[in-house]
Amino acid sequence: MKINFEHNQSAHCENGVVSNLLNYNGLKISEPMVFGIASGVFFIYIPFIKVNFAPAFSFRPVPGFIFSRVSKRLGFKIKRHKFKSTEKAQQTLDAELAKNNPVGLQVGVYNLTYFPDEYRFHFNAHNLVVYGKEGDNYLISDPVMPEVTTLSSKELEKVRFAKGPFAPNGHIYYPTQLPDHIDLKKAITKGIKQAYRRMLAPVPIVGYRGIRYVAKQIRKWPDKIGAKKTNHYLGQLVRMQEEIGTGGGGFRFIFAAFLEEASVIMENPRLAELSKEMTVIGDQWRDFAIDASRLYKNRSRETDAYNKIADKLDMIALAEKAFFLDLKKAIK
Amino acid sequence: MKKEEVPQDESSLSKANIKEIVYAVDKDGKYGKALSSGWEAKTIALNKSLELIEEQLQETIHKIKQGELSPIAYYMELNRMDVVVLSGYVGFWQWKVKRHLKAKIFKKLSEKTLKKYAEVFEVSLEELKNPKI
Repeated sequence: MKINFEHNQSAHCENGVVSNLLNYNGLKISEPMVFGIASGVFFIYIPFIKVNFAPAFSFRPVPGFIFSRVSKRLGFKIKRHKFKSTEKAQQTLDAELAKNNPVGLQVGVYNLTYFPDEYRFHFNAHNLVVYGKEGDNYLISDPVMPEVTTLSSKELEKVRFAKGPFAPNGHIYYPTQLPDHIDLKKAITKGIKQAYRRMLAPVPIVGYRGIRYVAKQIRKWPDKIGAKKTNHYLGQLVRMQEEIGTGGGGFRFIFAAFLEEASVIMENPRLAELSKEMTVIGDQWRDFAIDASRLYKNRSRETDAYNKIADKLDMIALAEKAFFLDLKKAIK
Repeated sequence: MKKEEVPQDESSLSKANIKEIVYAVDKDGKYGKALSSGWEAKTIALNKSLELIEEQLQETIHKIKQGELSPIAYYMELNRMDVVVLSGYVGFWQWKVKRHLKAKIFKKLSEKTLKKYAEVFEVSLEELKNPKI
């Protein structure tokens, strides 16, 4: 059984799943548009949650939020199921497939056999679509993969019931009935408003303040926890910013692509200018990643090097602050 | 990022013949999808983090040989887990898992408890007790 589902590779797994599922259900919407409407652009530093022995940094909202926000802002409902029993989880999945309904699944990355070994970590907020079943094999559209792939029922069960932080518990989701009329303008406005509110939030670990806070920590880390751990923490930051599987992929550029698209729909040329500004900020993030990676590749011991990349991060924080203040003005 | 600047570096993805999508601007300044085979900065970060896991594993092996840590610590790290993840898989409280990492406590564990760990690590009881390290 195979549903006629169009697989489109995307930069970020949840955007990709949402965009592909909505396309199937008759609503053509690009990955950047999904990301923008969902206020996907974000930053948070969570020092008290450790992932792979380093504090958590996130460039995106909590898994699941993207779809929820898009559904709310475009006016459709999402059906979600979570399970304790693995049998029930499979039954529900099979039943949906039998109804010709491709579904989104939240899965753990570690046991995804088609990922290169280097990318397999216990990260549980990856997303993919199941669009059919042939024999014992489920047909998988993993948005970060170039082509569709398959997983046996046993393999799929393993990733659906991965354990640890964000354990998916067999989480399956899909959109129900889409409305006849969709007000994109309104959805875009809401998405942008929430984005700048979050990025300008008066919370020390969120938004541009969060970036600034991390910069401050980078100056302190070498003395406090040693160069080795500092380098590992920086590595984590770079990986969260960019890595496949964790749903990375240059979030600032996806947001810039969204602003460009939004500028046309909203008939607001200012958004196109801001798209260009966001591209510059995205490039700054990439510069930062290059410097950080050089630092730990050469095992630099001089504290000055850490101060320099902290300076870079401070610049980014300032640029993002200015950017989101401008965005606020542009949307009024 | 400009399309012609999209990095095409060697990475573990390129070895597996996978390219990933990034968004970049073309000559007219318009955004679109572009394929990247990998990016050095990212590969370094990933490799360093794998190196750290390997170093930690070697340290753990040393501590097991010294009679300090139990083989559970070895298999946990071999599977890139930490106490939080392992506790999720075996279904014991974290403090209990932490206790089981100690060699002294490990010796007193019941067959039933050991079996749970062996199942999670996909090894036999014998392998669990005597890992090839």
